Amino acid sequence: MVEDVKLPLRQAKPDPEAVELRDLLESVFDRYGVDFRDYAYSSVKRRVMRRVLDEKTGTISALKEKVLADPLAMDRLQVELTIHVTAMFRDPGFFRAFREKVVPALKTYPFLRLWVAGCSTGEEVYSLAILLREEGLHDRCRIYATDVSDRVLSKAKAGIYPLSAMQEYTRNYQQAGGQHAFAEYYTADSDFAIFRPFLRDNVLFAAHNLAGDASFNEFNAIFCRNVMIYFNRSLQDRVHGLFHESLLMYGYLGLGRSETMRFSSHENYYEPIAVKERLYRKIK
Amino acid sequence: MIVIGGSLGGMKALRVILKELPATFPLPIACALHRRREPDDLLSHILQQDSAIPVSEALDKEPICGSHVYIAPPDYHLQVDPLNFSLSIDDPVQYARPSIDVLFESAADAFGPAVIAIVLTGANHDGQRGAARIQSRGGLIIVQDPETSESPVMPQATLDATGTRHVYSPEKIGAFLLKLVVPDTSKNR
Repeated sequence: MVEDVKLPLRQAKPDPEAVELRDLLESVFDRYGVDFRDYAYSSVKRRVMRRVLDEKTGTISALKEKVLADPLAMDRLQVELTIHVTAMFRDPGFFRAFREKVVPALKTYPFLRLWVAGCSTGEEVYSLAILLREEGLHDRCRIYATDVSDRVLSKAKAGIYPLSAMQEYTRNYQQAGGQHAFAEYYTADSDFAIFRPFLRDNVLFAAHNLAGDASFNEFNAIFCRNVMIYFNRSLQDRVHGLFHESLLMYGYLGLGRSETMRFSSHENYYEPIAVKERLYRKIK
Repeated sequence: MIVIGGSLGGMKALRVILKELPATFPLPIACALHRRREPDDLLSHILQQDSAIPVSEALDKEPICGSHVYIAPPDYHLQVDPLNFSLSIDDPVQYARPSIDVLFESAADAFGPAVIAIVLTGANHDGQRGAARIQSRGGLIIVQDPETSESPVMPQATLDATGTRHVYSPEKIGAFLLKLVVPDTSKNR
């Protein structure tokens, strides 16, 4: 039997830890000038709680005290909040659509600038470099790969990834329309796949903070996939403004599979090129 | 809002629940079902077949609206922020992405006592921690009767952790939600 129960839907109450969390982020900004205040709430909270656990502080407030007193603890917090996982040819359909619908247009340009914004440990940069190489575009391309974290950038520059991931990446590569044997692009030792240095011949790795820094060039295409999901809507709007400013007319913007222009302030400046793959073109 | 988690057999149970609800059902419903990592629209299509309420995969920063069923997209965590959904590709939690715990814990933080959580059939313990958090914040926990579950492990784990009285078959869960949320006007006349 279904029994009677009082409707539990009272007024929603804010998370009791929300105040502590806001206080932590404000203090970090005041003290270190690093701004996480406009990061998406749930994600930032999960990651901060992981620091609370690892630093054994018990509460967010105690974590704040520790972080303010100890720059190394701050460093660890910053790493926790800025890193995001990525994969080679994640969402193969995106890369296939890019190959089929964008590359032909790019081939008409004598010189190309591409920006991988929030490149993290670089898997997407190498994916793109491989694709452009196979399409004969690599020599006239410059890829700007930026991230807010120096730590992940040095990993990106190294291009060394766990060998255990290669099976998945190979499958992705093939589904993305790859034309060679994926293993041609790396040498393997017992644990790691070391990607061939020529892949980063035309890649420029640099620190850039989407949450604060300005536009630094004009691009034919910008990739920012599964990075902005960690931002709230107002920061997303800021970044969309930055991208719009940094794209050439008819330049392309690639987002992650569950990101959309629909809730953004810049929807009207783009037309979709491949709706499901979140590929857009700037039209005004 | 209503949050639902399911694993092995969860899709079938969810279909039965949705079948009970009218298009006018006022609350938002967010679901994390363990699923393949590859993108496909099949899950939302199948769920839509029996549901009068529109079903779609949640998009990042999508506003949370009533009379709508949101499904966690494959290979993303679905989280509830105070104003909208937000997605993450942080590491899987207990091998799961989407993780039921991640959905439930964020819903507890965003909506406190205004959350109804439902744990359906499944062969792991996902949902147990999240349901406990929802309960501690004053929300209501429902579990699928382990006897009606394709795999009883998951509902049993949440039952053990929360001791909830609300243990029903999928059909009854649908009826119970209706009774909770849509007042029976005939009685008041």
